[in-house]
Amino acid sequence: MKFGIVTFPGSNCDYDALQAITEILGEEATYLWHKDHELKGSDVIILPGGFSYGDYLRAGAIARFSPIMQDVVAHAKAGGPVLAICNGFQIACEAGLLPGALMRNSHLQFVSAEVRIRVENDDTMFTNLYDRGEILRIPVAHGDGRYVASTDVLDQLEAEGRVVFKYVDADGAITADANPNGSERNIAGIISEAGNVLGLMPHPERACSPLLGSSDGARLLESILARVAA
Amino acid sequence: MSDVKPRPGDPAITPALIAEHGLTKTEYERLIAMLGRVPTFTELGIVSALWSEHCSYKHSRPILKTLPTTAPYVLQGPGENAGVISIGDGLAVAFKIESHNHPSAVEPYQGAATGVGGILRDVFTMGARPIAMLNSLRFGSLDDSRVRYLFSGVVKGIGDYGNCVGIPTVAGEIVFDPSYEKNPLVNAMCVGLLHEEDLIRAKAEGVGNPIMAVGARTGRDGIHGASFASEDLSAASDAKRPRIQVGDPFTEKLLLEASLELIKSGHIVAIQDMGAAGLTSSSAEMAERGDVGVTIDVTKVPTRESGMSPYEILLSESQERMLVVAKKGREDSVREILTKWDLTAAVIGEVIAEPVYRVTEGTTVVAEFPGSRLVTDCPSYSPPARESSEIAALRAADPSAIAERPEEKDPAWTLQQLLSAPTIASKAWAYRQYDSTVRTNTVVGPGGDAAVLRVRGTSKAIAVKTDCNGRYVYLDPRVGGRIAVAEAARNVACTGARPMAITNCLNFGNPTRPEVFYQLKEAVAGMGEACRALGTPVTGGNVSLYNESPSGAVYPTPVIGMVGLIEDLSHVTRATFHRDCDAILLLGEPGGELGGTEYLATIHGKVLGPPPSCDVDQERRVIDALLEAIRAEVVSSAHDCSDGGLAVALAECCIANPEHENGAEIDLSNYSALTNREILFGESQGRIVLSSSSPERVLAIAAKAGVKCARIGKVIADSNALTIRLPKGTVRNPLIRLHRAYHDTIPGIMARTPEHATFDELDPVAAH
Repeated sequence: MKFGIVTFPGSNCDYDALQAITEILGEEATYLWHKDHELKGSDVIILPGGFSYGDYLRAGAIARFSPIMQDVVAHAKAGGPVLAICNGFQIACEAGLLPGALMRNSHLQFVSAEVRIRVENDDTMFTNLYDRGEILRIPVAHGDGRYVASTDVLDQLEAEGRVVFKYVDADGAITADANPNGSERNIAGIISEAGNVLGLMPHPERACSPLLGSSDGARLLESILARVAA
Repeated sequence: MSDVKPRPGDPAITPALIAEHGLTKTEYERLIAMLGRVPTFTELGIVSALWSEHCSYKHSRPILKTLPTTAPYVLQGPGENAGVISIGDGLAVAFKIESHNHPSAVEPYQGAATGVGGILRDVFTMGARPIAMLNSLRFGSLDDSRVRYLFSGVVKGIGDYGNCVGIPTVAGEIVFDPSYEKNPLVNAMCVGLLHEEDLIRAKAEGVGNPIMAVGARTGRDGIHGASFASEDLSAASDAKRPRIQVGDPFTEKLLLEASLELIKSGHIVAIQDMGAAGLTSSSAEMAERGDVGVTIDVTKVPTRESGMSPYEILLSESQERMLVVAKKGREDSVREILTKWDLTAAVIGEVIAEPVYRVTEGTTVVAEFPGSRLVTDCPSYSPPARESSEIAALRAADPSAIAERPEEKDPAWTLQQLLSAPTIASKAWAYRQYDSTVRTNTVVGPGGDAAVLRVRGTSKAIAVKTDCNGRYVYLDPRVGGRIAVAEAARNVACTGARPMAITNCLNFGNPTRPEVFYQLKEAVAGMGEACRALGTPVTGGNVSLYNESPSGAVYPTPVIGMVGLIEDLSHVTRATFHRDCDAILLLGEPGGELGGTEYLATIHGKVLGPPPSCDVDQERRVIDALLEAIRAEVVSSAHDCSDGGLAVALAECCIANPEHENGAEIDLSNYSALTNREILFGESQGRIVLSSSSPERVLAIAAKAGVKCARIGKVIADSNALTIRLPKGTVRNPLIRLHRAYHDTIPGIMARTPEHATFDELDPVAAH
């Protein structure tokens, strides 16, 4: 399987994503340049973290107009898997691939920490190797990670099982203290209606090695392999 | 030589103008002698920048020459953009530390941000990809609202810049002391990794090769930043705000990628950051290193605004710019790489055979200096040095004569006071704002003795740390200088790393005062002694003088940035206890020196007494024994004893990692030669708290190395307390209290900032 990782000007987790795919999955991965219209035959697209276009104007707001995004949107509309991490999540919301928006953290500070997230839906192409209710340890690093949407959209997301991850404490409880950015309903990650676009603020690619503190993110990548290859 | 005439509209060269440019009468006479005529306004500006303390090191050069700078693995010592050491496997580490104190005192956010940007560029211009940032910060007391404004602004500036570029900020230290109240210290260190064959130096070569300006355009910001950094801070400093540069981390990220691609491409022969004194210093220094002439046409420099004079273009410190010497005929290839990254590149000059530094405005010569004398003719000074009798008297005072406070009957009270002293308390409030995990190499992040980064493709890791206790250096600069190096070495050794080399940032007051120059000389001498004993040469650094405000000089603060090498990732060791029933050992000579301690400062408000002694050969033996024990895989955790002494070190081993707290039972009842406070809070050097499941083997290794080692207790995971038996009584410290004192103090103080805890909502004017 081939993973295409988009490099926007200011992307800085493209390298980490590429390393995780090649080192952990042992799959082929390639960078996709923002000025191109070429997905190079990628089966899965990763929109990586970073500060595309410096996050100027608004996080993800300029990146969505990059030439490559037309092709990424077409890939997603055709049912192709897209994993949108951190800044990638912001871009996916701006591009209309996912509902809602990511706003400035409620405490107004950048937050870099290991947090816990709970798997809310284990029947997606990104989470099929987890168990529902399982708690993962995973790093976050963002200034604009507060997920917001209208009450109707939030209710719909929950009803349809499209809230995939929520921030929780060590006991799995949804608390304000466990929420690193003030996201509505402690939402950490959501999936598209068709189930092929996952956006999340935590960084699974940074949680792929016990040496670095957690390997809980690796199964997210492996899930894609298990489902898409099947 | 050309005929150089003033430009129309140039101000006349008067004594007042010369003084405004920071040149002394003798320096001006030297300039006249070099030129054989009166300088033009442009030339005066150039010399003012290049001969500023910040660029020329005129008061520190002779002293810095005394430091050891060589080892077989040193690939690049002082004099380049950054030092470089080999770590084997064809890989090398480039690293350097630099100050941005003065800008941060006036404009903390931009001052700190551009400090990070500048040091990043120094590292990637060596051909290295930055892998880690560190920072060493000093502020006044957090009780002061302006200090809280400075602290939050600096932290946000560091975070916003490094986070955006995508380089993890992994370690450093933050100290709060009234001596830094008006003059905070902001030192940033960058560490990069490169293949040895990609090492490139900033040396102009090849007559006919084009000189190119790449990256951001030149604007009017930061003009005379270097000179601003070379004078005392005063009430007038605020008016010099326009001298402060403005950073753009997004452009920096593009410049980083473009520069590394350029270096790899083989199209260029040299590259240097246009940092302090901008185009002027980068071009003059590159020419001097290559022993060639250069000519630059300022009309070719891409500018942000029209109508900039040669003076402004030459002295602008606009950020995110590089000066490149390309290979002749490859100009278009260079442009192509920069265009890919949406940046500009323009040919602005040429390397010439004629031994001259020449600046033209079109065809008119506006500045010209013979050969490289602009750099080499800079004076160097060795002013008188004399210790302040006031400080000598403080050192002579006997700390044991200070009576205990009544509350100290319960040492648990004292320990909690110390753990909640902002200098000791957890700095998570700051480092949670720094992305420490991007690039996925961070094995040990902020909060440990040192940070550890794996080296991909090998089984190795590097450990990095900054350190300095300015209070020790103030009381005894020679000993304080030694301790700064020794403690940094101990810190990296605690993670399992062999200390390899240092970079240093010498933050001192006004060197023309004999008491300050004495501190500088003595501190550097002490650093040199420790570097020689520990085998850690100096590969470069930075000197920041004139750290003075109307209320006096800061504590002399020679910050050490240490790099160590861990040969095998399985030997990475952490600071905190993590295995139930492990034995706890104290490696090193027990001692209880109270002079210059955090205990005296926090509990008694006193800074006096001799700082702890530091036997550098003994330090070496302690480090050797520690590393041998770690390599023998008998060490579970290792933590340096420093600020706050043994009690604070033990408490940190129990609660510094809030995810995994452990209790411990400690028995120090046989240290009956010392008082309780000496045992608990003395800061004798060369001591490390270890935990081990094979204590006999640790004891045997220490004995063989000739280092004292004692078994002092045991980890009791679920005891919920740190219990210490003393010659007189037993002190029981519930972990919850230690936890609160250590973890909740700084967030509590920052939350009480009336205007809010975040920089964004603080009004700098109101904060005055």
